[in-house]
Amino acid sequence: MNKPVGTQKRIIASKHVKLGQKNAKGQTYTDINDIFYNTEQKPVFFTGSEVIKEAIRRASVGTSVAYPITPQSEAAALIGELYAEGYLDEYFRGESEFAVMGQCAGAAFGGHRVFTTTAGPGTLRAMENFPMWAGSRLPIQVCVTCRGINSPLSIQPDTLEIHYLLETGMLVWHAETAQDLFDYILKGFIVAEQPDVHVPIAVCCDGFFVTHTKDTVELPSEDLCLTPYDPYKSPVTVMDMESAPIRMMRDPFVMKSNYISYATHASWQQEVQSAVERSRKHTIPMLDGLIDEINTDREVLVVASGTAVSQSREAIRLLEQEGIKVGLVKIKTIRPFPKEEIRQATKNAKHIFVPEFNIAGWLAREVKAILPDNERVYAGPHVAGGMTMPSEVIAEEIKVHLGIKPSPNRRRP
Amino acid sequence: MSKEKIQLCEEFASIMPPEYQELVESATYGKQDRGWKDIGSSKELIEQHSLCAGCPESIAFRYILASLPNPEDTVFVGSTGCTSLVFPHVAVQNIHSLFGNQNAIASGLKRTLKARFPDVEKDVVVLAGDGATVDIGLDMTMQSWFRQEKFTTICFDNELYANTGGQESGLMQKGFVAKMAPKGKSFDKVRLAEIAREAGCAYVAMLTVSKPNRVEEAIKNAVYVAREIGPTFVQLYTPCILEIGKQSMEGLDEMKDSETIGGRFVQKEFITEEAQKLIDSIKVETKARKKSAKDAAKAAKSG
Repeated sequence: MNKPVGTQKRIIASKHVKLGQKNAKGQTYTDINDIFYNTEQKPVFFTGSEVIKEAIRRASVGTSVAYPITPQSEAAALIGELYAEGYLDEYFRGESEFAVMGQCAGAAFGGHRVFTTTAGPGTLRAMENFPMWAGSRLPIQVCVTCRGINSPLSIQPDTLEIHYLLETGMLVWHAETAQDLFDYILKGFIVAEQPDVHVPIAVCCDGFFVTHTKDTVELPSEDLCLTPYDPYKSPVTVMDMESAPIRMMRDPFVMKSNYISYATHASWQQEVQSAVERSRKHTIPMLDGLIDEINTDREVLVVASGTAVSQSREAIRLLEQEGIKVGLVKIKTIRPFPKEEIRQATKNAKHIFVPEFNIAGWLAREVKAILPDNERVYAGPHVAGGMTMPSEVIAEEIKVHLGIKPSPNRRRP
Repeated sequence: MSKEKIQLCEEFASIMPPEYQELVESATYGKQDRGWKDIGSSKELIEQHSLCAGCPESIAFRYILASLPNPEDTVFVGSTGCTSLVFPHVAVQNIHSLFGNQNAIASGLKRTLKARFPDVEKDVVVLAGDGATVDIGLDMTMQSWFRQEKFTTICFDNELYANTGGQESGLMQKGFVAKMAPKGKSFDKVRLAEIAREAGCAYVAMLTVSKPNRVEEAIKNAVYVAREIGPTFVQLYTPCILEIGKQSMEGLDEMKDSETIGGRFVQKEFITEEAQKLIDSIKVETKARKKSAKDAAKAAKSG
């Protein structure tokens, strides 16, 4: 569960005209603050896929487009059941992830709140769409249930695909648990749709470890749902011909090579980056900070995201039994990257370990890039290709690196 | 959108560009029987174009924009290519997103507009080149037809990739020597109209843009049938005079040559029975409406 306790800060309350009214399913449109902090949450024991369904049940989504790929297929099909029950206006199966993300874009251009799911090779097939979504300022949410992208074909868990999402202009959040997944999906819509943000969001989780395992998750009543998306708060025109059709450009700069063209594209890219940064002020109260810290006054820290955090929690407990004290930084948002928060949290650390479920170690690179004295950062341990990362492996690697235990790989002279 | 929304704020009227003032004063939004004959006597929805001098695409744009039955509630979906240079000058909302995904965008858009405005007819019209429609986007073009998505797809067929400099495309004629087909194209021009028919389009038309009345009829049929019945497809020959070695004044001749007997673009239509019934009934309605308007005008004159 790992739900942080304590007093929650709040995001600016919804002023949507439908607030307090009931939808066709009898759910009451409710402000997100009230959904999470002012109503009773009841524990259920669900798989991650079921948790995605329960989040979407309460999310007032207009359109969802589905396509089968392991490990997101079950969640995508469960959303279809919600559609059949009348919770969504539109739902259909697309023909490929590239097409699905285009269909999602069409629905978002037309003014709907849009949700879809993908994984692994699907994420990469869809890739051209993600910077287009961001550049078009479409606050679509895609839930990425990470899996391997390598050949030979693999369906196993692996978080390498997140690395490809980092510079798309999307918000990228990484859930550790099913509870995170539920919270991030609902909160993600609200943050991404803020008029000063209004960019797409990828809510990532580790496939199988989160989607296919059962966990106890606290859910608000299913009689509540988010207030609807208001397309007329978008910073760009909704493509519904309900506003005057001004010509967007007197001189199309798309393919011109002149200073105005360069300046337009450069400033647009800067604006998308800034929008991602501006999401911080909405995300911090929603997620209670972009990182969680446990005992960060210690000299040895683990910095991680996703299920690597859960495995690290257990590794830290094992080390504690041997008298080795290790602190933990859980990164919740990869974009925006919590630079200042991580710098502060690690300022006293002498050794920083970054365990990851991918062979590249992209999170370690991200961490190294923002820290002073980054020789403190040890990239690893890494597992890839669907292997689990036993807590003992993390504990062992920490001990070896600290010189408490000899390396099993050390060659004898 | 009601036409009332296209208005000038009095305080700012004097500083609004003249083109916009004309759009408010003399464009044909809201006129049910608008058509190609309005060109010259009213403000067109295309301001200017950034295509080559004499490019038949530019006249195709003008005819299409003049023929849309409902421009005040129409959204265009374009794709990458020469057409994407023109859309910024068009006074109808339009989406450019990627190369080849236009029918995917239109699928999501049309369904959303239907859900958001159940009582208003919002037309979605895809307009893309042959590379976008047939090569890179064929999957999404056909899948939208299989799914019976209710919007119109228009393909500007210039038989090559024009904007990138004249490379071979699937709609190019067999044997034509082009960039990326240095020995001549080795396979036949893709029979897109027949593919459209077999993939489920209720109305298919293939023609050149040499005759504005024919273009108007095809566009109106396509939009009306898409509203009521299912997907529709219009393939228009808009030759790339630059890349086939013609002069700027030779576009019209090229189109006329290609539509004569034995040519590649002899006009053809595939219409389902249901679509034909609808087209016939609309024709009767339109005729009656025009006649009564004429009679009323005559009566007013004599009375």
